[in-house]
Amino acid sequence: MGRKAKFTEEKTKKGPGRKAKKQKDPKFPKAALDEPEKKPSHRQKQRALKRIQKRAARKEKIKEIKKIKKENVVTKELSQNVKSTTIKQVSIPNGSTSKPLKRPKNFVHYPQESDEEEEPKVDMKGFSDHNKQWLKPKQVKTAMFDSEEDDSDEEDEDQESEEDAKVTSLNDLSDEDDDEFDSDSIKDEDESDSDSIKLEEDEEDDLLPIEKETKKLRAKQKREQKLADEELKLNIAGQEVFQFPNDVENEQMTLQDIQQRVRDVIVVLADFNKLRDGEHSRGDYMELLQKDLCNYYSYNLFLMEKFMELFSLSELVEFLEASEVERPLTIRTNTLKIRRRDLAQALINRGVNLDPVGQWSKVGLVVYSSQVPMGATPEYLAGQYIIQGASSFLPVMALAPQENERILDMCSAPGGKASHIAAIMKNTGVLVANDVNKNRITAVVGNFHRMGVINSIISTLDGRKFTQTTTGFDRVLLDAPCTGTGVIAKDPSVKTNKDQQDIQRCSTLQRELLLAAIDSVNSKSSTGGYIVYSTCSVLVEENEAVIDYALKRRNVCLVQTGLEFGTEGFTTYRQHRFHPNMKFTRRFYPHTHNMDGFFVAKLKKFSNVIPKPPTVEEAVEEVQEVSIEDIEEKMNVSPSKGKKRKHGGDVTEKSKKSKVMKVDQLGTKKEGIKKVIKKDGGDAKSKKVKLKKADQSKTNDLKKPPTSTKLSKEAKTDLKHPKKQANKSPSKTKVEEVQAEKKVKAVKSKEGKLKMKNRNKLGMKGQVSTVKSKINSNKLTSKKMFTKKS
Amino acid sequence: MKRLSEERTKKLFEKLSLYIGSNIKLLIERPDGLYCFREQKDRVYYVSEKVLKIGESIPPEHLVSVGTCFGKFTKTNKFRLHITALNYLAPYAQNKLWVKPSMEQQFLYGHNITKSGLGRISESTEKFQGIIVFSMSDVPLGFGVAARSTTDCRLADALAVVCFHQADIGEYIRSESDIL
Repeated sequence: MGRKAKFTEEKTKKGPGRKAKKQKDPKFPKAALDEPEKKPSHRQKQRALKRIQKRAARKEKIKEIKKIKKENVVTKELSQNVKSTTIKQVSIPNGSTSKPLKRPKNFVHYPQESDEEEEPKVDMKGFSDHNKQWLKPKQVKTAMFDSEEDDSDEEDEDQESEEDAKVTSLNDLSDEDDDEFDSDSIKDEDESDSDSIKLEEDEEDDLLPIEKETKKLRAKQKREQKLADEELKLNIAGQEVFQFPNDVENEQMTLQDIQQRVRDVIVVLADFNKLRDGEHSRGDYMELLQKDLCNYYSYNLFLMEKFMELFSLSELVEFLEASEVERPLTIRTNTLKIRRRDLAQALINRGVNLDPVGQWSKVGLVVYSSQVPMGATPEYLAGQYIIQGASSFLPVMALAPQENERILDMCSAPGGKASHIAAIMKNTGVLVANDVNKNRITAVVGNFHRMGVINSIISTLDGRKFTQTTTGFDRVLLDAPCTGTGVIAKDPSVKTNKDQQDIQRCSTLQRELLLAAIDSVNSKSSTGGYIVYSTCSVLVEENEAVIDYALKRRNVCLVQTGLEFGTEGFTTYRQHRFHPNMKFTRRFYPHTHNMDGFFVAKLKKFSNVIPKPPTVEEAVEEVQEVSIEDIEEKMNVSPSKGKKRKHGGDVTEKSKKSKVMKVDQLGTKKEGIKKVIKKDGGDAKSKKVKLKKADQSKTNDLKKPPTSTKLSKEAKTDLKHPKKQANKSPSKTKVEEVQAEKKVKAVKSKEGKLKMKNRNKLGMKGQVSTVKSKINSNKLTSKKMFTKKS
Repeated sequence: MKRLSEERTKKLFEKLSLYIGSNIKLLIERPDGLYCFREQKDRVYYVSEKVLKIGESIPPEHLVSVGTCFGKFTKTNKFRLHITALNYLAPYAQNKLWVKPSMEQQFLYGHNITKSGLGRISESTEKFQGIIVFSMSDVPLGFGVAARSTTDCRLADALAVVCFHQADIGEYIRSESDIL
């Protein structure tokens, strides 16, 4: 069908084709192609001649000056010998004798010559106080040499090129040449070039002109290189090393100066060992930097310190810079009413310049410029979009609400995120939007009605008490109130009005809210059981620390947020050691992601049971428990309560501190056991000795870091049996006891019976579910026994 | 949250029928579950039973809104529709009025609609009947009462009012704090 392709016929090309057009070969002007060596014009010749003459004259002059200097020296010597004659000879007119004057150099070099020759020289040197009125040797000489200038010139050149001996005397000349070269223009350069070439011409006359040319070029390059090197050295020497200011307090500086100093200090801190001055420590520099940054960006010292702890120095400046600038205005399409494409079209018709916010969101639009106020267009009023920061999309995306779910937004005002949730749920299910502030809740009402959210309940309960009214939600979004250190561009007052107490208050509130949020979730939900925690702060105290707290207090674990960008949360921060899964949380910074500073964490609740908060008594037990866990770790025994510990977080510093105490306690306990054994009788004396040794070794172990495993293999294998593991606390000594018994072969001691009793009691209490309680019971039983025995 | 009394229900439906006529039926008998009218602090809310159940568990002093607010009963016991009801009125509207872009902004600032700003109007609109106002691109802007019937509108001069303003979406900005 259609046109048939003519495969058989071979197409003949009609012409070169449009694309085959070729540029013609370039044509060069004749002059450029072959440059015939021009003969110098008449004027040029004349100028060249003049130049040569001039140069010769200059050299001559210099030579003469030298000659006079040296002759002066000689005459002093001679004058002692022939005093009387000299005065007479002076009167002889100089012009009459030209011969001796012709060889002044010879004279200099060979002062001890015949008298005949000496005389005229003496006559030359006869310049003294007596005759200085009329005798001016320099002038006279030049006048004399005028006639023989050419000859001497030739001589000079010969000397220059051939006689090494004379070179020393010519040094002055070359020096002067150099001086001239420095001060004068290119013309001189050329002259000196031609000079050197002339010198070489004698040796290498057979060189081609191009070779000469290259030689010239090389020489030039060498010179330039030398100059460049010198300049470089100068630069290095002249580079300003930052001087630590003497009087930081009373200095009056402009903003530019401060900025410059900030840069300088950062440079110094980047390579501290090299660039520091000897007197000031890193702390001093940091203090100076902090002060300058506070001045420049008008922060208070406290907040700046927090930021300096959080960011590296270069990043810090970027962050501060970014915090000065507003983020681009973004809007979110209300998918309940309109599609993004239609909205974009409608807004473009109103003269709005916009773009999709990025690959990661299908509802966001960035507004670059707009002729109409974005918050008052008919489209806005009709609820087709809402003005919302790009970062506010993230928690809702992380929450990933499903249709027909029960979802709670605990701190919802002004309802941007909540309406986003409703839009994703497509108005199905139930959305509870709560905010404690009654003034702000009106914004939620307005936004919900404007955007057509119909499945919502809007309440003004205190989030911390929300569980008292209703629970059993599938998902909860907690966008907690915070210090707002991520949105300084929006509210610059944060810079100055936040201190430690504010952060502490926020953090406490956040913890309470998060626990309430977790409690209001139903972990048995078929689709959900998720909590998303977010803040618009970048401080660790309000983010990771709060999550870590919740991980310890509730049966929740961290899961991936599902956001493909953003930096990972901190697992370690200064002295804090957070749960390793903290890397699942996401941080967003204004300087890296061009959105407000933000933190998003997603938690999954896996059990509705609320673990009892540790009371004072239990806290002590907890301390002991931790110590046992440590021992388990050492023995590489996988504990049955690993799960609990996993969610309970790592051993914090506090518990580490308490370890020392634990060790002491264990020690006393062991002593108690020893006493019991003593009472058992003397037949087990050898046993005791071994026990003691074992005890010592164990206490040593306890003091060592958990990696070292020094217990005997037998002990390990014994401990691996679950029953014996249940024995734990009184136990460890007992395990070794068993071995000791085997070795001594005094098996039927009272001690053994005691152990049996212990085991029976254990059997009775063996039904207790958690290991912790087991341990407690063990402690109790052993205590009882001890009292019995005593 | 309480059920509406007989009297109040009647008043509410009378008012609604002014705008959506017999389409009220569609509001009550819905395929996607039971919906009902509830009253709290004289405000009337239209809400699904499912949402209502959870809403009832929240103490009334802390409950701000459930579902969609349709309007309120005044102190003189008359029912007054709020702009928030527009979501339900617009799709079921019987009488519509489209305004020209030039009039759009004026209406959103709370002015009546004059003949000059009238783009289109549905036929057979009677005088003093409820009417939903749309922009030319079919975005609902608010509602009002027809000042003239459709036939009268044709004859009216440019400055004559064709629709009295009752509520418009500009209220979301102008009076956000007392939107309910």
